Amino acid sequence: MSKTLLDIKNLHAQIEDKVILNGLNLTVKAGEVHAIMGPNGAGKSTLAAVLSGKDGYNVTAGEVNFDGIDLLELEADERAKEGLFLAFQYPVEIPGVSNINFLRTALNEIREYRKEEPISAKDFMALVREKSKLVELKDNLASRSVNEGFSGGEKKRNEIFQMAMLDPKLAILDETDSGLDIDALRIVAAGVNKLKNENRAIIIITHYQRLLDYIVPDFVHVLAEGKIVKTGDKNLALELEEKGYDWLTTAEKA
Amino acid sequence: MSTIAVSEKIISFVSELDKPKNDFQKSAVEQLMELDFPTTKNEYWKYTRVTKITKSKFKSPTSVPQTNLESIVQNVVSSKNYLIIENGIMRNDLSQFNTTDFKIDVIKAKDVDINNLSFTRPNDIFTMLNTAYFEELISITALAKNKTEEVLQLIFIGTGDGIIANPRIVIKAENYSETKVYSSFISVGKNNFTNVVSHFNVDDSAKLTYDKIQNEGNENYHISTEEISQEKNSYFKINTAALSSAIVRNNINIAVKGENCESHMNGLIITKENQLIDNHTFVDHRVPNCFSNENYKYVLDGKSTGVFNGRVIVQKDAQKINAYQKNSNILLSDFAQINSKPELEIYADDVKCSHGSTTGQLDDNALFYLQARGISKTKAKKLLVSAFIDEVIAEFGDETTQAKINSILVDQHGWE
Repeated sequence: MSKTLLDIKNLHAQIEDKVILNGLNLTVKAGEVHAIMGPNGAGKSTLAAVLSGKDGYNVTAGEVNFDGIDLLELEADERAKEGLFLAFQYPVEIPGVSNINFLRTALNEIREYRKEEPISAKDFMALVREKSKLVELKDNLASRSVNEGFSGGEKKRNEIFQMAMLDPKLAILDETDSGLDIDALRIVAAGVNKLKNENRAIIIITHYQRLLDYIVPDFVHVLAEGKIVKTGDKNLALELEEKGYDWLTTAEKA
Repeated sequence: MSTIAVSEKIISFVSELDKPKNDFQKSAVEQLMELDFPTTKNEYWKYTRVTKITKSKFKSPTSVPQTNLESIVQNVVSSKNYLIIENGIMRNDLSQFNTTDFKIDVIKAKDVDINNLSFTRPNDIFTMLNTAYFEELISITALAKNKTEEVLQLIFIGTGDGIIANPRIVIKAENYSETKVYSSFISVGKNNFTNVVSHFNVDDSAKLTYDKIQNEGNENYHISTEEISQEKNSYFKINTAALSSAIVRNNINIAVKGENCESHMNGLIITKENQLIDNHTFVDHRVPNCFSNENYKYVLDGKSTGVFNGRVIVQKDAQKINAYQKNSNILLSDFAQINSKPELEIYADDVKCSHGSTTGQLDDNALFYLQARGISKTKAKKLLVSAFIDEVIAEFGDETTQAKINSILVDQHGWE
């Protein structure tokens, strides 16, 4: 039996006075792919933000164990160093910071944290070439400023490229399919599939079933009003595509 | 009544200084007595309180130079040509330069013809102070048609305690010459005041680039005035990096007298603690068909204060002028402040001029993005600040200067 990577128990979180997560439970084991679906405002992106350590969210109850560590005690960068990766819904443009310099800094900080030697320039560039092929990212994108002037598709491919470079234990893909045309979606999904392995878990946050045609989940969860209201296999996604979310949220209220 | 009070302030300020013996400096001392130190009531000193300087009683530099500067010099020298200037006085024993590219004369104050050293705007008290008390004039001439890749380095070293240095420099770039000069201001002393006045005459079709790094440490004060005069078809670029000193005030005054000139000004200001760094620039476009561009960036931390005042005048008949000015600032602390004021005065009707000033903090979303990739908050801030200032650092004349700036950022500001 594979080990539990992420264990969320009774998680409550709010922004200022507004409660967003309201008793969420989720267990994710190594090698698994989980999809979290749900209507707008259900708390999907808040879950991603709380797990990755973004400021402005107040956890009022519950706990999150990440591979034996109390995740909520860590700074955002420490979570990344422990092997958590968030693919952003809206990757940030950072003019003046080259993608390469940024990634090399990140990789070396992570290696230092793990008490490993910094990667040499030569090995780093070889790694860049290898991993950029995964998502068909052109070399020149790697040398440009972080996300600056990238198209929507390029930004999302860049996220997956970074995931490949940083080799996380757990990757959370926050609406990675949003803003992608069908070709870009296929490239991104193929990249993610190549990164799937028995030691890594992936959580896919999405509105639509579309991405799940390409990255097949082991579990599909419906998040509504701050907690998981239904869990099923990949067929649940198809059912949701057909029926929408109303029948679940209404049932919950009834 | 007020005249007497003013005199007493000045009298007190100069009381420990050696009295000048030649006529024009004696006369300058007399004129000094009629001036007043600026206060924050004065528009051009509104945000810059200089009482720490004006309430001091500085001493003249001693005539016996320090002898142990060799190792310090070694750390700063990066060119084959360099002049070492200790407290405003040339150290021939430590300097070295070739005479084919430059003509360098050191003229004792008593032998200087002061009428040759004019100002774009009326003397303020600090330039007058320099005129009254400078020891010698260092005159550098880039010979006509001579193009030199090798930088001429001017290394100004402050030594001692409570000393005022009044370096006086003239740089003349003759017709069709191309020259780079790189000044660094450093100090091994404390409570010192460097009050430097430099004149630049950029002749017909000459090209002169001047890099200046101010790094005298936060126990010293610095006021600098650069007077630039440009003849037709000339190119002048001045890059200023103000990285340490308790108080820095820079006045750059450019008079563009001939057509088809280019004038560039770039500034990099990094502060911490209680530093105060003030840049006043003035471009006087007197004739048509010229271009000027200015880009100043401040990164302010601690309780420091930045002041930027960029004034451009386009005179009545100076048509077809393109004049651009930009000042961008990042505040790293809630207690740091910036006072930014662009002043465009345009009397011609066919010109392109623009100015912009932006002030902000580091982008929280960008910080989080970097952190989410495993980069610590401190390092993420440095990456973002570097991205902000790199554009200005790239303007500095050569890689040695750029490397020097980076190494000072490590030493003074703990950057990696």
